[in-house]
Amino acid sequence: MSTMAEEQVDYLHTYTLRSWLLTTDHKRVALLYMASITLFFFVGGAAATIMRLELMTPKGDVLESPDAYNRLFTIHGVIMIFFFLIPSIPAVLGNFLTPLMIGARDLAFPKLNLLSWYIYMTGGLLALWILIFGGIDTGWTFYTPFSTMFSNTMVVTAAVAVFITGFSSILTGLNFLVTVHTMRAPGMTWFRLPLFVWSHYATSLIMVLGTPVLAIALALIALERFFKVGIFDPKLGGDPILFQHLFWFYSHPAVYIMLLPGMAVVSEIIPCFSRRPIFGYHFIAFASIAIAVLGFLVWGHHMFVSGQSMYAGMVFSILSFLVAIPSAIKVFNWTTTMYKGSIQLDTPMLYALGFIGLFTIGGLTGLMLASVAIDVHVHDTYFVVAHFHYIMVGGAVMAYLGGIHFWWPKMTGRMYPELWGKLSALVVFVGFNLTFFPQFVLGYLGMPRRYYEYSPEYQVLNVMSTAGASILAVGYLLPLVYLLFSLWQPPDAGPNPWKATGLEWQTDSPPPVHNFEGTPVVIRDPYAYSAEEQENEHGTGDRDR
Amino acid sequence: MEPATATAESSAAPILLSQFDDLDQQQQASNLGMWMFLATEVMFFGGLIVAYVVYRALSPREFALASRHLDMWLGFVNTIVLLSSSLAMALAVRSAQLHRSRQVLNYLLITMALGTCFLGIKAVEYYHEYEEKLIPALNFQLPAEAVESHFAQPGHFEMFFVLYFFMTGLHAFHLIIGITLVGVIALLSRRKWLSGGGETQIEVTGLYWHFVDIVWVFLYPLLYLIDVKS
Amino acid sequence: MSDHIVSVRTNVVLFVLLLLLLLATVGAAFLPLAAWHLPVALGFAAVKAILIGLFFMHVYYRHKLTWVVSLASLLWLGILIVLTLGDYLARDWLPNIPGK
Repeated sequence: MSTMAEEQVDYLHTYTLRSWLLTTDHKRVALLYMASITLFFFVGGAAATIMRLELMTPKGDVLESPDAYNRLFTIHGVIMIFFFLIPSIPAVLGNFLTPLMIGARDLAFPKLNLLSWYIYMTGGLLALWILIFGGIDTGWTFYTPFSTMFSNTMVVTAAVAVFITGFSSILTGLNFLVTVHTMRAPGMTWFRLPLFVWSHYATSLIMVLGTPVLAIALALIALERFFKVGIFDPKLGGDPILFQHLFWFYSHPAVYIMLLPGMAVVSEIIPCFSRRPIFGYHFIAFASIAIAVLGFLVWGHHMFVSGQSMYAGMVFSILSFLVAIPSAIKVFNWTTTMYKGSIQLDTPMLYALGFIGLFTIGGLTGLMLASVAIDVHVHDTYFVVAHFHYIMVGGAVMAYLGGIHFWWPKMTGRMYPELWGKLSALVVFVGFNLTFFPQFVLGYLGMPRRYYEYSPEYQVLNVMSTAGASILAVGYLLPLVYLLFSLWQPPDAGPNPWKATGLEWQTDSPPPVHNFEGTPVVIRDPYAYSAEEQENEHGTGDRDR
Repeated sequence: MEPATATAESSAAPILLSQFDDLDQQQQASNLGMWMFLATEVMFFGGLIVAYVVYRALSPREFALASRHLDMWLGFVNTIVLLSSSLAMALAVRSAQLHRSRQVLNYLLITMALGTCFLGIKAVEYYHEYEEKLIPALNFQLPAEAVESHFAQPGHFEMFFVLYFFMTGLHAFHLIIGITLVGVIALLSRRKWLSGGGETQIEVTGLYWHFVDIVWVFLYPLLYLIDVKS
Repeated sequence: MSDHIVSVRTNVVLFVLLLLLLLATVGAAFLPLAAWHLPVALGFAAVKAILIGLFFMHVYYRHKLTWVVSLASLLWLGILIVLTLGDYLARDWLPNIPGK
């Protein structure tokens, strides 16, 4: 066990490259991830920028060929999903906060944690290699037989890159599951865990059970392409749709990997900035698990028009309606938490409120898509594009930004400038809606997705969308600047600037290397926000909450 | 789960890693971690099993005929070999729990030997399949009786072999990793580098080994025993 | 939670049991079972797998969480197989769709 002298030093105290690249401290691994995913976010964003520029006019004039556009939307999807969204909150906030929130000194397998970052970087560098040296044009969905038999791009390399990165996800999930099961502090029973931990537990279930199926699907594509003999080749009795089954068996639950952590963040922010305990703690906890489980039963809703049997389509449709229920329960509970609360509209709360509104819109349009009759018309149109961007960008990315702002003082010991924070949140909200709402209309009117030219009557809405994108870009660049600038301040944010409950706020900002002085003992339920609780601030070590 | 610095006594107390509160927690975490990993392996092989299930359901006759071209008796012997290796591995785990380091080493070596024997027999089988021109992408040729059976879709016959090579290949790959892992653990155990006599480390390695065995226990009937009589 | 140490006898008995089950599996393959070949073969394989899991892998001796993890992985595999196979088996169930 470490000595008292070592525990008094905060985890940021050394700056050598070696201490960062060979760290096993979960907090540092979280920051390594934060830097990497930020890089990939802007690379994926750059691809989107070029796409939106192209789409300002009905003809293809920015890019030299439709082929170039195909490569852009593919790399945008691959990078944003596998290298930004999937790791984002779990690998950054999850890694940083899970041990703190359960009162542990680190995760169960710190070296595997570091390994997962290296694996992620390997896959990521391979993805950047693909980007530079030719790209892929199959769409992030890699559908067969195009990807296996007809595409002339770096499909095998891309399959390998995503395959590798999948292990990073698996290791993170495995680490979280084992940590939560075995390393909770004394008194930290399951129902005293913050909902952040419940949601990340559910996310980890998906990571562990779903990712391997993506791995085998990609391996089969790579093998089919490499050996020119295939599991999905109709000449051998293979079925290209089998690929879609294997692919979506992971990729649907994957969207819950991207969403549940966002919900995790919102579940922490709402009670704090309403100064009220969360309403329906047990419901939200069980809803997280329900989303994870039900999320595995609905993948066929991506395949309604693929040739899948109609009966299967009906079954998947009904199950897709069911999976919306736990999400709705959460939205109701967050809203009820705010009722008669003392609402404080700080930056994290603005992002959380944005999440609730935009996720609701995205989720409701998901129900529309789950109806086979509607999906037949809007499948592969911009309606779908708008739906998932409402959830992924309006939901997950806003939650990520909200979480980064909320826990910024804890992670760095510095406060960000509140006025800039609020301004950026507003800019993001406005820019986001201007970008993606027109796309619902475009899709409903029939504009197909993944096309670089379109019928002239769609131009006005496309121009609005591109205008929105430029505003959104500003909204994303601002935090990059002011958060980095805040690091030049002295670390004087204090252990609990938000007067929040939670074990992570009972230790210093930034936390000491082993998180707590001594082992915390938990005697109270979470979210004990009330008038007298606001007196309970700076606790360290063997303090109750 | 890291090796201790060299100690003379194989029953030295296990090292407690700093993130854990006590040895029990550490052992429980190691065990649970390996089980979670095995769950991912179940799903990984599961993708191939699904492909097999679907295609067999769609082309039962072609699969049945194709399966008869595999040598079920070599597969039978191989199954016995692998089950024996599991026995050896289980006894190695037991010896580690009793801190009998010599026995541990012996059982681990037997496990490795039997695993390697399995790979050898598999290689012989693959060679037979090569000679009979049954390797897709390499030299596949529809055998005479398949042509005579007038299957509506002769390609489905080849699909069996695509799946056969992918599934047994993936299994063999995992077995190679297993043999290497057992070898490394045996070496570290011999050098007395494993903290606590390696009880947890060997148990966790054993879990992986038994999993690879279980996969084969399913592969054998699914691939070799579809329809043994003509 | 320290491990129950399984006796040599238990291990060997288990091994013999597994061999017997293997013989039964192969024997059953020669019986005229028609469509029952597959369930019987899978049944034997499942029993072998369960025995290996319970005793070689010590699931019998560990606490419930290990049971849950092993069962959950099988359940998830089941979900993948059942729903995917369901698609294929149900492909021809609606032969009279207008326009088809």
